[in-house]
Amino acid sequence: MKKSGTTLGIGMWLGSLGVVALLVGVWQLAAQAELISPVFFPAPLRSFESLWEQMASADFWSAFRQTLARMAIGFVIASVSGVALGAAIGLSPQLRTFVEPTLELIRPLPASAMVPVFVLLIGLNDRMIIAVIVFSSLWPVLLNTVHGFKTIEPRLLELARILRLSRLEMVWKIALPNALPDIFAGLRLALTVSLILAVVAEMLAGTVGLGQNITLAARSFRSADLYAGIIVLGAVGYLSNIILERVEQYMLRWRTL
Amino acid sequence: MQRVLKGLLLPVMVLLFWELSARSGFLKAESLSYPSAVFRAAFGIVADGSLFKSALETFSAAVGGLAVGAAAGILVGVAFGLVRTLAGLMRVSIESLRPVPSVALIPLALLIHGYGFNMESSIVAFSCFWPLLIITESAVRGIEPRLLEVSRVLKFGPMDRILKIVLPAALPRIFVGMRLAAAVSLVVAVTVEITANPMGLGYALIVAQESMRPDRMFAFIAWIGLIGWALNASLLRAQQRWFGKMGNWAEQSP
Repeated sequence: MKKSGTTLGIGMWLGSLGVVALLVGVWQLAAQAELISPVFFPAPLRSFESLWEQMASADFWSAFRQTLARMAIGFVIASVSGVALGAAIGLSPQLRTFVEPTLELIRPLPASAMVPVFVLLIGLNDRMIIAVIVFSSLWPVLLNTVHGFKTIEPRLLELARILRLSRLEMVWKIALPNALPDIFAGLRLALTVSLILAVVAEMLAGTVGLGQNITLAARSFRSADLYAGIIVLGAVGYLSNIILERVEQYMLRWRTL
Repeated sequence: MQRVLKGLLLPVMVLLFWELSARSGFLKAESLSYPSAVFRAAFGIVADGSLFKSALETFSAAVGGLAVGAAAGILVGVAFGLVRTLAGLMRVSIESLRPVPSVALIPLALLIHGYGFNMESSIVAFSCFWPLLIITESAVRGIEPRLLEVSRVLKFGPMDRILKIVLPAALPRIFVGMRLAAAVSLVVAVTVEITANPMGLGYALIVAQESMRPDRMFAFIAWIGLIGWALNASLLRAQQRWFGKMGNWAEQSP
């Protein structure tokens, strides 16, 4: 993916932007000529108008803030505990024999299947949403971190012994940098999962947020608002991914490859 | 043998702790039930046919969506892989659709299709389209150039070139993509059922939760996990069997 992104010339990029404009234009014309149902496919201009109007309202920003806050809190808790637990498990072969089979058992379970459990335990509220996000984004981070820590190049470990590094230094200077690419792969997955589960849990709990916004818009057939909401969620997904990518590039800047 | 015992220790201890603390009232039994009741319920939902019925509903929506989404992903992926200009021109369109979380489309699908099979499988199709598009495109790009030269020497038409050279050469990696997408399809189907669609395993979970039957709820969760695990394991075996070393190679190539 990355390779094709960098080789994309400026001309091709502009052309590609033109294709988007063309597609949206055709959609706009088709909607105006009422060739497609305005209830299902409202004219793009109306969706952008609705987006513009929503961005001027305080309600939208409060929903936006709440969804993003839940996502961020859940993601940070899951990342920190996932990396800490994963490092402990990955570094100790003894611990791994006890824990790994259980992890493999839980791995194929869809995270969303646990949502009803949290609803029963906590109820339909904010804490439930955060708990759901933490639980579901924990697994990708944890499993990837375990993998990153258990696959250290043996020669690096020999080197650590020769240099007489303490256990802590070994973890900090050798194991952690070695595991970072795996950890970031897990974090990227967890970020996607946290947005998805935030939306799902908000739809179920009916608390103020971007997930509830689109459900309400669909229920009252405000399709322009619905598309505006989908655009916002897409933008959140896109931007959060870019931020994480930047952090990854910065943290892994020592890698020559 | 000792390894197996050690691996079993943690789950057994968790179950024992759960059972004892639920029975002694330390944990809320009305919201958590206890393992022996869950075990009984797990057999109960098999015996009364409700597991089979909901699993069939979930499977049909997942497979229907997977078939459409994967076919579209492979088609577009082959086109993008062979014609770089096309891939370049569509780049911004594709990259602006891809970050949309699949669940954000649930209200829209509901508006268009109403409840039922179509709505669920269209969301599944959307989510299965992306992994296959990406994997197919990069697999086609990575085809040994000499194979394409051969097809030119043999004067293959575009159809023959794709069916006889491109698809067979990209097949091991496309299968890896199918395996990933199959797992995704099950997860997305269950998620859509939990969020909105009143059918299948996900809805059975919600019904169990709303009627305060945590034993049934956990029984369904256990079965969903088991089905997901069995699906992944059997597809992995099929991959090893059909593609052997090629499969392992396809697994590792980016």
